[in-house]
Amino acid sequence: MNGADAVLRSLEAEGVEVMFGLPGGAVLPLYDAMARGTTVRHVLARHEQGAGHMAEGYARASGRVGVAVATSGPGATNLVTPIADAWMDSTPLVCITGQVRTHLIGTDAFQECDIVGVTIPIVKHSWLVQDVEQIPPVLKAAFHVAHTGRCGPVLVDIPRDVQEAEIDFRYPDEADLPGWRPPRRVNARQVAAAADALARADKPVLYVGGGVLNAGACTELHELAETARAPVVTTLMAKGAFPETHELFFGWPGMHGPKWSNWAMNTCDLLVAVGARFDDRVTGRLSAFAPGATVVHLDIDSAEIGKLRSADIPVVGPLRDVLAGITDRLRAEGRAPRTEAWLRQLEEWREQFPLRYARNGGETLKPQTVLETLRDLTAGRDDVVWTTGVGQHQMWAMQYLVCDRPRSFVTSGGLGTMGYGLPAAVGAKAARPDATVVCVDGDGCFQMTCQELATAVLEDLPIVVVIVNNGYLGMVQQWQNMFFDDRLSHVHLTHQVPDYAMLAEAYGAAGFTVSSEDELEPALAEALALGRTAVVDCRVDPREQCFPMIPAGAAAMELIEFEEPEEVVG
Amino acid sequence: MKHTLSVLVENKPGALMRIASMFARRGYNIDSLAVGPTERHDVSRVTLRVDCDQHPLEQIEKQMHKLVNVLRVAELVSGEAIERELALIKVTAPPVRRGELLALAEVFHARVADLGPEALVFEVVGSPEEIDSFEELVRPHGVKELVRTGRIGLTRASDRTGIKRRQHILR
Repeated sequence: MNGADAVLRSLEAEGVEVMFGLPGGAVLPLYDAMARGTTVRHVLARHEQGAGHMAEGYARASGRVGVAVATSGPGATNLVTPIADAWMDSTPLVCITGQVRTHLIGTDAFQECDIVGVTIPIVKHSWLVQDVEQIPPVLKAAFHVAHTGRCGPVLVDIPRDVQEAEIDFRYPDEADLPGWRPPRRVNARQVAAAADALARADKPVLYVGGGVLNAGACTELHELAETARAPVVTTLMAKGAFPETHELFFGWPGMHGPKWSNWAMNTCDLLVAVGARFDDRVTGRLSAFAPGATVVHLDIDSAEIGKLRSADIPVVGPLRDVLAGITDRLRAEGRAPRTEAWLRQLEEWREQFPLRYARNGGETLKPQTVLETLRDLTAGRDDVVWTTGVGQHQMWAMQYLVCDRPRSFVTSGGLGTMGYGLPAAVGAKAARPDATVVCVDGDGCFQMTCQELATAVLEDLPIVVVIVNNGYLGMVQQWQNMFFDDRLSHVHLTHQVPDYAMLAEAYGAAGFTVSSEDELEPALAEALALGRTAVVDCRVDPREQCFPMIPAGAAAMELIEFEEPEEVVG
Repeated sequence: MKHTLSVLVENKPGALMRIASMFARRGYNIDSLAVGPTERHDVSRVTLRVDCDQHPLEQIEKQMHKLVNVLRVAELVSGEAIERELALIKVTAPPVRRGELLALAEVFHARVADLGPEALVFEVVGSPEEIDSFEELVRPHGVKELVRTGRIGLTRASDRTGIKRRQHILR
């Protein structure tokens, strides 16, 4: 067999079900090998960025490693955004790119790009495979690095002549990585200290980040929260990691988190960060963040400890073991939690400061109403996976959708990649064929990657795209409104260009246009039940702003709340 | 506060670039950097002098540990390690000044590596501080060009922990 066959045999040996890609000159041997046969399904994207986000969506919805394939040069550089996105959100991803023939490397050959060099700051590791014999061990190592320790993207660049060279295939049992030793054991003393701090705390908060999902530690988190009777807030990345209908769930912290979530975080006496990294969107001004809290920081990545906020009690290790260890210790000691007064306080705040918006008597369709209707239409279902783009609609999705299951909310957090939602939904559908996958998108986001509607339709990966269409680059509009005296500069996209329903139909999908509250529920219900790809264009109030909001650089306690206009009634 | 880190890396293409890129991206300052072979053909040693005013040493060490090619990161603590540096210094030296310069060189055990009609090149090996002093003393004579290797270092022969750690990575 040749090197290209060896790539496919390696993917098969890794148990890969599906890869997302787009062929080109430097991966012709690889695609020829696919034509000869493989058990790995190939989903043909329309743009390599789409393929990369699909692989991310697949990874986030399934918990497995996503695989993206692209050719050299522009194919590879089109993967840069998904790689950076996966880097920021710790999504396990193996990107396989073709490279020009080895003797042409460095000559500025056609479609040559030093993609290994370009991506060095945004991958966990990368390999340029210069010898066909290295294909199996490098792919073994690539998968191993992608999903062990803190998850993230890796890149394997394979020149065309290496794909064509002959090889006797043998897949190694273990990766040869003397320098890669992610923590496997947990320091029992640190676990005991963390448990002790929890047992003694009057006002603890579990601040849960995406690391809990990557660690597969949601059950252990659940047990710890219940044992310690500790309230839970989940970051955007962790939405769904803890059931949102649970009595101990208290929302999402950060820039557009509710007041009660932010107050919980910032007035607690013990902050237990679980696979979270004190991102600026969560903390607001760092120096003013959770000023009275003792910090327990649990993470697989020791470099996160003390990176932004110093930890009083750091515990490094696999979160399942860490969380289970703390729970066991609490149970063994049998001290009664002292958190009931604190939980009552949080409940009071939640009732006192609900998320609010002016419904406007149905005169204009409000974006929040779109999300509330989606929430109500899917209430109680455990087979819905949400994806989002980035912007106002994403924040409303966080605020209004209810996610009770891990991996049911797939979004771009750290990098904030507009256009992520639609291809991620296609990837999520490949991961969860039985689920209803709904992409809540913005009109700006949709236009960045809507070509992947073709992939959804033709690859039989039906998704529902709900466009919260305010005709603006809404979040930029909001910042211009709030911080630049409403001087709107190049943010107006219009409601009607393109006609999203017609565009959907042009792709062979169903298209719906919703301009009023009356039309909303029937259209969404029909689209959800259709079983084929549908786009619901919800033309919402163009100038609705997303509240609450912590302005950039402000302290979390200084959040700005929605103020009811006086003339508006209910 | 400056620290010296001794880093063992796999001798693989791009390993140094990954370290340099990580330093650049995270805004860590490198004072000097020296790379060379070790007793193992597949392992190189990178000796870095880092400025830890803005970023704590611990954070720099941890970020380096995350690089897949990095085998070990250790701080060379003064007193427990020896550090050396080599400098080549081309100094203006008309015949009338040579005697003075050579006397100076003798004190620092500097060698004359090359001699021309109007200049000479000193080769000096020593602790970085000694080299600093020598540089300062010859500077009034007119330094035309200067190059330093950057410091390299090893833990002392009497240091047992160093030996133990090495065995761990050699397995």
